[in-house]
Amino acid sequence: MKQRSLAIAALVAVLAVAAGVGASLGAAKPTRTDRTTVNTAVSGSVTFDGIWTGSEAASFAKVIKAFNAVYPKVKINYKPVGNNLTTVLSTAIAGGHPPDMADIAQPGYIQQLVSQGKLKPITYAKSTIAKNFTAPWQQLGTFNGKLYALVFKAANKSLVWYDVPDFKNAGVKPPKTFAQLLTAAGTLKSSGVPAYSIGGSDGWTLTDMFENIYLRTFGQAKYDQLSAHKIKWTDPTVKTALKTMGKILSDTSNIYGGTSGALQYGFNDSVTNAFGSPSKAAMVFEADFVSGVITSSTKSKPYSGFNVFPFPSIASGAPSTAVEVAGDLFVTFRDNPAIEAFVKFLATPAAATAWAKQGGFATGNHNVPASAYPNAIDRAIGTSVEAAKGVVFDMSDEQPASFGSTVGQGEWGIFQKFLKTPSDVNGISSQLEASAAAAYKKGK
Amino acid sequence: MAAPPPPGESGERRLARYATGALFLAPALIVLGVWIVYPAVYTIIRSFFGQTGYLGTWVGFDNYKRLFTTSTLTTAIKNNAIWVAVVPAFVTAMGLIFAVLTERVRWSVAFKTAVFLPMAISAFATGVTWRIMYQQDPNVGAVNALIRSVKGAFSPAGVLPSALPSSPDETAQSSGAIILKTPLHPGGVALLGLTAIPPDQVPSGAKQAVTPPAKQGAIVGTVWRDFKPGGGVPGKVEQGELGLPNVTVELRSSDGKVVQKTSSAADGSFTFGRVRSGSYQAAVGAATFAKPFAGYAWLGPSLITPSLLIAYIWIWAGFSMVVIGAGLAAMPRDVLEAARTDGATEWQTFRRVTVPLLAPVLSVVFITMIINVLKVFDIVLSLAPESSQQNANVIALAMWRTAFGGVNDFGTGSAIAVFLFLLVIPVLALNIRRFKREA
Repeated sequence: MKQRSLAIAALVAVLAVAAGVGASLGAAKPTRTDRTTVNTAVSGSVTFDGIWTGSEAASFAKVIKAFNAVYPKVKINYKPVGNNLTTVLSTAIAGGHPPDMADIAQPGYIQQLVSQGKLKPITYAKSTIAKNFTAPWQQLGTFNGKLYALVFKAANKSLVWYDVPDFKNAGVKPPKTFAQLLTAAGTLKSSGVPAYSIGGSDGWTLTDMFENIYLRTFGQAKYDQLSAHKIKWTDPTVKTALKTMGKILSDTSNIYGGTSGALQYGFNDSVTNAFGSPSKAAMVFEADFVSGVITSSTKSKPYSGFNVFPFPSIASGAPSTAVEVAGDLFVTFRDNPAIEAFVKFLATPAAATAWAKQGGFATGNHNVPASAYPNAIDRAIGTSVEAAKGVVFDMSDEQPASFGSTVGQGEWGIFQKFLKTPSDVNGISSQLEASAAAAYKKGK
Repeated sequence: MAAPPPPGESGERRLARYATGALFLAPALIVLGVWIVYPAVYTIIRSFFGQTGYLGTWVGFDNYKRLFTTSTLTTAIKNNAIWVAVVPAFVTAMGLIFAVLTERVRWSVAFKTAVFLPMAISAFATGVTWRIMYQQDPNVGAVNALIRSVKGAFSPAGVLPSALPSSPDETAQSSGAIILKTPLHPGGVALLGLTAIPPDQVPSGAKQAVTPPAKQGAIVGTVWRDFKPGGGVPGKVEQGELGLPNVTVELRSSDGKVVQKTSSAADGSFTFGRVRSGSYQAAVGAATFAKPFAGYAWLGPSLITPSLLIAYIWIWAGFSMVVIGAGLAAMPRDVLEAARTDGATEWQTFRRVTVPLLAPVLSVVFITMIINVLKVFDIVLSLAPESSQQNANVIALAMWRTAFGGVNDFGTGSAIAVFLFLLVIPVLALNIRRFKREA
């Protein structure tokens, strides 16, 4: 009996905490009136399902607080769902009760929802978005010719992180071209440290590498066609990119742990292996969020311990200025003045600045002042994203999930096979095509 | 089940009695209906419809066809078959052995507790623990560390395990030795450059490398870390490159026989004195480069299922031991004593008396394990790294991945669930029949 009452008490406590999170996010009342005019005409409440938990949810609460300074009568109920958001949303939609708004990381999933007519366009926010975002960003939120999503937050995925002492010991400089990268990798190996740390247990680290190589070799137009499966995966361009990638993957003695090690280390391991003490490898190919893992899990310090360079260019000319991003797209399932007010506000620099100040944030909103970023590396990444000439979305997120983002299947699984046998370019490309064709056929 | 109404009861009374019965039954019926009957019926219906929506479009048996044609799902079915073939038998056998042995040892309570303890840990936590124990790097994984301590005693690692030849004049032999291809004659100089040596692996006391001057009637040379920041020129001794002291260098005759051996000095130089005329080669023996044990890839695609089975048996052996132990305790002792008095050996007593008497208990354990293993899920998810989860896949995991793992294909997911349900039914039926017989 006592045990049961304890369990009930624990359950009540959990519920209370959960309710408290919702309440504290929702009831964030403005402490003082800002210089912006306060609008009390619009009132209502908006439910918002997002993937952010923990510190990211706290940062988003700051954004909501900034919104409530302008619209004190609109209550935002943010629900931190976590990484299985698409599952939760799919179930909620099937049951007929989706939230008012959601934060979705997969454009492929949004495309599916748009085709099913589940989403509402956000054309009312078009002028606000146009004021703050360049055309490529608006394009990312456009589906079937209409604006459906706001890219609120973007991660720069075209980056390579390196261990500064390793580079110093080997006497190499951050490479600018792919050829320089391979030479530097050779020198690093001779100096006694493997050049690459690969987190191949997470398939997405491999697809990201492929996507950057493809983008740098063939440019944005081809990239977008491949994303939409208008180019087949058996195309010669895909094979060329695979061969280029094979130059890294087949250099097995230059990968920390060799092939079987790389297959067992996940993304986090790949970062701590490279930047832990002692450093076991020199470079990690991944997005801006690597810096968060380094600072939280290792003692390495920016500039003296770790630094970053843009993914090297492969073909000469314009393609190298494009940036691959992964991002948070905000979509709406309903339409009312309160939702419209919130969407419009999110497109303003005030909303982005509120999060940027908390760190770990980059956005395409080019009106965010550089002073909003709390440190130099955040600022460099943030401004590089804002200034990007071309922006493409993470390709695997644009595909149907069974091909682009399911553990062990589709792209993730096949690129893990490629890590095992980098010489089998033809076999890998036909497997990719077979899997993509099946996924696109089923998605319809 | 209403009792027959007592004679002379009025219709109103009877109604009230039924209402009371219904009222008492209601909670159980509602719980069963909402959480068992409705989901089960809905899942069966859902399995004939397409990917999304509350129902989606009618697809007939397509989802079931996919079950046996998609490689992901066939792997899962095959793996589940392996699980069913191995685990129940092993768990029952181990439990039987432990139960019989603990009856006869001192400290049997302590032993039983130790064997039973894994049952107290959640399968997910067990998966995480074993995943760390199975790590390939022997510095991290306990299993490989154990193997290394045994192996290391027989074949110790060399002093420069990661070194590679630095110039194309050298080659690494299949034995592991690094040899200078250029033939040497008395009065010659051998330059054995090595690279890929981390700075902290250079033996202490190393000095700037020098090329020794050629000596009449002798072969001299140097073995050094042929690397300076930026790379330097391979095969050339440069300022800033350190000699490698205490490396055993061999002089080999043209037929490959080791003629002389010497050890390098602090600046890496070495001398083979009084060399007869002829053609020679200089080499650094394989022992210097012997790699430390790198560990087995327990979590790799080929070993992952056996690794999972071991961890799972480790969990359940305790359960089996306790259940069988209880059966053993309840067994009539006089039968055993009678067998022994009649001259049966211990093995015969065990084989002909104990096991047959325990058969009902053994079958309970066996059947319970079959059901457990058919729906095994959490340990695979937590133990297998994502890169080998495909190879370790089981039906329940495949169902979850298909329905909720991003693909959100509720149709195929439901079909897998129904298939799993069909597999469990015969075992359940067997169990229920046995319960009835016992009652």
